[in-house]
Amino acid sequence: MPAASVHLHLFGYALPPIAWPLVWGLAGVLTVLTLGALAAALLPRLRPGRDYANLRQRVNSWWVMVALLSGALLLGWQAVLVLFAAISFMALREFLSLAPARREDRLIILASYLVVPISYGWIAINEYGIYLVFIPVWVFLITPFLMAIIGQTKNYLQRAAGFHWGEVACVYTIGFVVFLMRTPANEPMPAGPAGLVFLLLVATEANDVAQYCWGKLVGRHKIKPTVSPNKTWEGFLGGWVTTSGLIWLIGPIFAPLAGLDLAIMAIVLPLAGFAGDVTLSAVKRDIGVKDSSQLIPGHGGILDRIDSLTFTAPLYFHLMTFFALHR
Amino acid sequence: MNVARLTFLTLVARPLAAFFTGADVVGREHLPKSGPAIVVANHNSHVDTLLLLTIFPARLMRRLRPVAAADYFLRGPIIGWFSRSVIGIVPVARGTGRGDDALAPARAALATGDIVIIFPEGTRGKGVDELGPMKAGVARLAAAFPEAPVTPIWIEGAGRVLPKGAFLPAPMNCTVLVGEAIGWSGDRARFMEALRGGLEELRKNAPPQRWLSDPEPDPPPTSDAAAASAPPPPPSARS
Repeated sequence: MPAASVHLHLFGYALPPIAWPLVWGLAGVLTVLTLGALAAALLPRLRPGRDYANLRQRVNSWWVMVALLSGALLLGWQAVLVLFAAISFMALREFLSLAPARREDRLIILASYLVVPISYGWIAINEYGIYLVFIPVWVFLITPFLMAIIGQTKNYLQRAAGFHWGEVACVYTIGFVVFLMRTPANEPMPAGPAGLVFLLLVATEANDVAQYCWGKLVGRHKIKPTVSPNKTWEGFLGGWVTTSGLIWLIGPIFAPLAGLDLAIMAIVLPLAGFAGDVTLSAVKRDIGVKDSSQLIPGHGGILDRIDSLTFTAPLYFHLMTFFALHR
Repeated sequence: MNVARLTFLTLVARPLAAFFTGADVVGREHLPKSGPAIVVANHNSHVDTLLLLTIFPARLMRRLRPVAAADYFLRGPIIGWFSRSVIGIVPVARGTGRGDDALAPARAALATGDIVIIFPEGTRGKGVDELGPMKAGVARLAAAFPEAPVTPIWIEGAGRVLPKGAFLPAPMNCTVLVGEAIGWSGDRARFMEALRGGLEELRKNAPPQRWLSDPEPDPPPTSDAAAASAPPPPPSARS
């Protein structure tokens, strides 16, 4: 019988053991990506006349994102923490640059970035209880107080709400991805903590991609044109069924999911992804931009890429915790 | 010296620009691909220069020459060395009242095939992301080099990262919008009008990376046209 995990060394440092399912999972992602790259290369020849630049850019960007995420997952929780802290910082920078703010808020914005290292710091020292209340309670109270001290009260509620919305969406919800990596080793995990993160990311991103593909192929009926002009019922339903099927098939390989637990996860996670996408779209419509920035060629900003994750990460984390406590 | 400059711009300035501004560029294909060329941008912050120096490909970096005030950028030997050797400024004297002579170094740079970066508002604005009155020196420069394309660039948000007088830069996304080049039209007033039009068009397409502000009464009429239609200065040494 082969060993249950792979042991690698980097510069004399022993990497955390990598479970075999994770190796196969990453290989599967690379296979799908290669197929996507082939499609992007062949489509212009098979069906010429349309512009495939965006598709090509999207696929190229996926290579970079997959490389960064896989590298972090293989290196261990510290690397995942640094990567997602960087993602939170960039998302927060995008958000605070578009959110309603007045000239007097410049110092508040500067101070707001401190929330990223502090919040991820609680994850680093495994202080789950403090993490849970830090942004929702303490940042929520302190930021408006500092704004009051500065004394500009025009659009006060709108600005204070905007800042807190940004902290929760860009930092708090995304941090749950990293907290999965800190799952105690005595929990049953078929592919280690990295397997839990892998399943969450694959399901969330597969849902985005499936919605996009179904929408492009058979999308006819707009689902919410005032918020997301490109979203269709066909894309939403096709993405839901596809992603549910995917979670049902691969969920038990990467996470301690079976039976009713697995069914619940398979049904609700794609819905949360859709909800995150639409909610962030409403924020962008309010601000009057299509994309949150141009950071990722073909995708838009980092906030455009993690919009679904802001909803799926906490839901996945809390469902997993609930299942573990009631097992 | 050029090695030091290229090293600094690619290894220090580019990561700094990416960290503090995200350095988004819209319309990168409109950037001039060789010199001589004139790049015209709005000005709210030193971050403007950082962005303009780092959005060009490395092979053009040694050609980039921001026009900058000698009294500010050449104060003291260290700042002066940094301004000349690293930022690569073309120093101009401000407020001498001698008009055309002040731009002689910029013309000399264009004559050697450099890409001259000019902020026609003359100094950093209040960071309101509105285009202030523009000085007509850029029109004289374009007239002296009618074959050089004049590329308008609107920089949104830089005045928030490091406004005039601030010490600590705040990371906030900026967008650099590059417009299509404007040719010399043979007439100063028309040229300045086309330039302002090009910049205002870019501004309209910029994401709202600006502070909330209260509606203000109509701004006073700008003085571009007045400046442009002033009696021409004496013919320059070059022409």
